[in-house]
Amino acid sequence: MDLTSRVNAVLRMPWIKVPVAVACLLPITLLVTGAFAGTLSANPIDDITDGTGTWTLRFILITLAVTPVRQLTGLNGLIRYRRMLGLFAFFYGSLHFLTYLWLDQFFDLSSIVADIPKRPFITVGFTSYVLMVPLALTSADRIARWMGGRRWAALHRTVYLTAVGGVVHYLWLVKADIRAPLVYGGILAVLLAYRIVRAWRRRFARRA
Amino acid sequence: MLIKGPPDIRSSEITPESLYRSRRRFLKSAALTVGGVALASSRVFARLQDPTFKRGKPGPYDTTEDLTEYEDITTYNNFYEFGTGKEDPHENAGTLKTSPWTVKVEGEVKKPGSFALEDLLKGQTMEDRIYRLRCVEGWSMVIPWFGFPIANLIKRFEPTSRAKYVEFVTLLDPKQMPGQRVKVLDWPYTEGLRMDEAMHPLAIFATGLYGAPLPNQNGAPLRIVVPWKYGFKSAKSIVAIRFVERQPETTWHLAAPDEYGFYSNVNPSVDHPRWSQKTERRIGDFFKRKTEMFNGYADQVGSLYAGMDLRKNF
Repeated sequence: MDLTSRVNAVLRMPWIKVPVAVACLLPITLLVTGAFAGTLSANPIDDITDGTGTWTLRFILITLAVTPVRQLTGLNGLIRYRRMLGLFAFFYGSLHFLTYLWLDQFFDLSSIVADIPKRPFITVGFTSYVLMVPLALTSADRIARWMGGRRWAALHRTVYLTAVGGVVHYLWLVKADIRAPLVYGGILAVLLAYRIVRAWRRRFARRA
Repeated sequence: MLIKGPPDIRSSEITPESLYRSRRRFLKSAALTVGGVALASSRVFARLQDPTFKRGKPGPYDTTEDLTEYEDITTYNNFYEFGTGKEDPHENAGTLKTSPWTVKVEGEVKKPGSFALEDLLKGQTMEDRIYRLRCVEGWSMVIPWFGFPIANLIKRFEPTSRAKYVEFVTLLDPKQMPGQRVKVLDWPYTEGLRMDEAMHPLAIFATGLYGAPLPNQNGAPLRIVVPWKYGFKSAKSIVAIRFVERQPETTWHLAAPDEYGFYSNVNPSVDHPRWSQKTERRIGDFFKRKTEMFNGYADQVGSLYAGMDLRKNF
């Protein structure tokens, strides 16, 4: 048995999803314990806001990396994790949105309603989050079957918009140091370029 | 027989101040978080490193608000010369050599020159100044600075009538200031004040905080503090003071002209183009508070801007 099939065999073990899920919960665990232990910065609320935001973007990118990595390496077992990773992106996005609603705005509805359209980086961030909601709601197999694969896939392509929006949200909120958002933007560009090139090639191959 | 009345001592004077304040911090955090105990105990531990500082009678310019923890002031700030993260200055400022230190005085003055820091400080009456500091990003602190009015030093150089503005330049040395190896800003960091702003008694040179010498990350050995303006106006680690006739170009204004004006007075009614300036989070607090006009110094400095459109001159 070669390495790829061995890794695939591990990836397909039913219980292996559990440690992966635990690992995905590590960032929020560290943030919460750090907040209580006083090991975050002097401004722990900002750390939680930044941390949940960064991990939302990371999980979106990790989710988008599943298919390219699977196709390039033959590690087809990875597909089992894509939905879970996407749901973790939604989970961190929800926490991030909640920190904004609660710790930044203190649920002041009139202020929130005024803030979202007025601040472009919040408009983009909010839109990106809202676009994730239908994807999370339609993530169950049964719903996907009910929708039909083609329609389901079309809907779930909006994740590309969410990803671009996430990077733009980050880029528009930093003051002067745009290096970090550019790194995320670069990774996203590679992941999107891969898909575009692949689609072109397939079209070309069909014609030939 | 002499009957003694109740002693004329407040409880705050009996309890050692550090304990008293950490206890207050404890109550605050316990009320706010379930894990308050853990949070408070870690803060008490951290407080052991504080310089011994006794809060005296408040002077005419002092706020009587609770001081921000020494640890918070010295581990959380912006000083891009040492990195753009808020904890970077604390981590990276060790490479700054603050002695010997020379300050150049140039431009429209009768007595220009290059001065050793000791000579500049000679004869200055140092005092504690407890000021609010409001960062343009929306957080704030209360800091017991140690220093002297900018006016007291400026007078010595005898500025000419053409000196309308004064510029403060931060050290440029990527070896000592690793953040300068990346061109996030146009180094050296340059800030400026109108002459009457610089001469205002609230505007000070600081050489210390909490009664101890300024830590490198807070702008050692010499910085300015202009408490009614956003924090970035208060230039740190100053190596040149330049007197000029025209309004100088300043670093953040150069980086984003529509976001950071020359004046940058704290003003809750003029938003940053990307975020609101109406509220701020005082470091150590859970809830946000309202930001005050001129950071609460409107009575003292409001007259400097009489008749000016502060929306235009943001």
